[in-house]
Amino acid sequence: MSYFDKRPPVKRYEHGSRVPGWDEAVDLTKPPATVPDPALTPVPAELREKIETAMALYPDSKSASIPALHLAQKHHGWCSPEAIEQVACVMRLTPAYLTSVASFYDMFALTPKPKHDVYVCTNISCSLLGADEFYEQMCASAHGHEDIGVRGFECLGACEIGPMASVNGEYVGPLNLFDAQLIVEDLEAGRPVLEHKQLRNRAVADPQGRVADWTGIDPVGQEG
Amino acid sequence: MTTTHLLFDRIDEPGLNTLQGYEKRGGYSALRKAFAIPQAAIVEEISASGLRGRGGAGFKMGQKASFLPKGEMAKYLVCNADESEPGTFKDRELMQKCPHVLIEGMIITTFATGINHAFIYIRGEYELQADILEAAIAEAEAAGFIGENILGSGHSLKLVLHRGAGAYICGEETGLLDSLEGKRGNPRLKPPFPAIEGLYHGPTLVNNVETLATVPTIINMGGAEYAKIGTEGSTGTKLISVSGDVQRPGNYEIVLGTSSREIIFGLCGGPKPGRTVKMWFPGGSSSPVLLEEDLDLAYDFDTLAKAGSMLGSGAIIVVDDTHSALGVAQKLTKFYAHESCGKCVPCREGTNWTHKMLARIESGEATPMDLDILASVQTQIIGNCLCVLGDAMAMPVGSIVAKFRDELEAEIEAASERANTVPVAPIQDAIPVGAH
Repeated sequence: MSYFDKRPPVKRYEHGSRVPGWDEAVDLTKPPATVPDPALTPVPAELREKIETAMALYPDSKSASIPALHLAQKHHGWCSPEAIEQVACVMRLTPAYLTSVASFYDMFALTPKPKHDVYVCTNISCSLLGADEFYEQMCASAHGHEDIGVRGFECLGACEIGPMASVNGEYVGPLNLFDAQLIVEDLEAGRPVLEHKQLRNRAVADPQGRVADWTGIDPVGQEG
Repeated sequence: MTTTHLLFDRIDEPGLNTLQGYEKRGGYSALRKAFAIPQAAIVEEISASGLRGRGGAGFKMGQKASFLPKGEMAKYLVCNADESEPGTFKDRELMQKCPHVLIEGMIITTFATGINHAFIYIRGEYELQADILEAAIAEAEAAGFIGENILGSGHSLKLVLHRGAGAYICGEETGLLDSLEGKRGNPRLKPPFPAIEGLYHGPTLVNNVETLATVPTIINMGGAEYAKIGTEGSTGTKLISVSGDVQRPGNYEIVLGTSSREIIFGLCGGPKPGRTVKMWFPGGSSSPVLLEEDLDLAYDFDTLAKAGSMLGSGAIIVVDDTHSALGVAQKLTKFYAHESCGKCVPCREGTNWTHKMLARIESGEATPMDLDILASVQTQIIGNCLCVLGDAMAMPVGSIVAKFRDELEAEIEAASERANTVPVAPIQDAIPVGAH
């Protein structure tokens, strides 16, 4: 009997090698989306003003599509069809175009997302230091808290504090398994998250970069 | 200021991120000096310094600037602050603690090349740094360093901070330009290179944060003086980010040509007691791995290239002997398969299939022959993609397969033994559906 007869059968992905939904037909009974009619699309004045300010910064106003989507996501909580419609109306683009842009970038949510974002870096440097375990613990701690969304994320650019997470944009680390619960408690209480582990307070590692009167976190004092 | 610390010298000083703090240290003096010399002489000074791009490719900045067409036309400068190469975090610290050195470097560069419109493309996750930069730009505008007819020199500049939204590929210069134009960040076919046709079809100079931040130092010191630091082919100092299994991870400024052992063991304390270096990435996760015996290599562009790797973005990731080579390779492929934009086939399919093939090793379905297939897939990716994302996976994974073949073969053997006794769980698709 050769080796190949003994091997277990090769497992195939359930949906073949294709992404589910790839063969769903377009609904041809609906009219194609066009640039929304300003008369029929109410846009909050504050949002409109901010998008228009962003558009004025660039030689080509289309460049503002990412900033505008950020603004709309902040206003609506996620990139809802309504939010995209409003951006499209102000920027004079089609909603389809903006959806194609929004779906490319990790930070835009095309489905409703929880209020708080916890991005846990699970890339190489952090995972060498136990990020995968922390991610699981974080998911477990946030379980049942509807307003906290935990996501494994690609390198967030703070490998010196690995394992680390970005909690609503605030970088914290190095994290241990107990910190997962503290993050949840801080978020629920509306406090700043893990203040003693925030990257913004951390001294540079290079000895010549440091100053004697540094008041924040000194990595050498901590780890030495 | 010492000669070895040009960017990081006492960078923790409180208030250095404000205009007042920066000017107290002699900030914006290089700008005044630059306005007094002819534009062409500034480019010559940068060329004489031998400054190589700090973002990854190591292309000479002076040469890149000289490719820009001369004359009156809409030209652009784009600062690449996307910094998403795994292991790299040097620009973050620089922008957070000393944003004005970048702004000053950009003003000098735009003056030297006749550019009136500049952008900083910062990754969306760096919210704190983006806020700090925005405040710094506003300060510089109020002080008259940005705007019309700066300091009476006749040079005008508009500087815009642009926040990305989370995509590794936007660190690739043409992907970045597409993203900056408000599109999906797909890389473009080169040529034409951005210096000829880039942003809005205009000639565009794209440089890394650290590269541009070094320009004021070069103007202050003189290009020839700067070239004396470091080695002949790799001049100056470099910010390096060390992470992974070292005791003192973080950002350091070193003179190029320092021994790698001195960096990993001297500055960073090496792995924890009792552990040894199994492999290390000298220039971010895209660089081919090196082994413990390579630790005595000098840390500069040419030596590392000769050793079959690269200096890249200056991000050293140390992996100690408690980790398996397979685990490291799987982390890499998962990342690159997730971040592949899907525009060209070798990268889209190659990253995805490499990831699946490694998963088969783990689940016990692979044979030693799969390692040959894995290696051949990597060689077929390298050089055949639109941009270097495919190569960025193929180089480290190819080097891991070549250098840790024995370990991987043992892993295949052990895993298939496990699989024959215990039923194997179906492979889960590790790449989230709908990801780009």
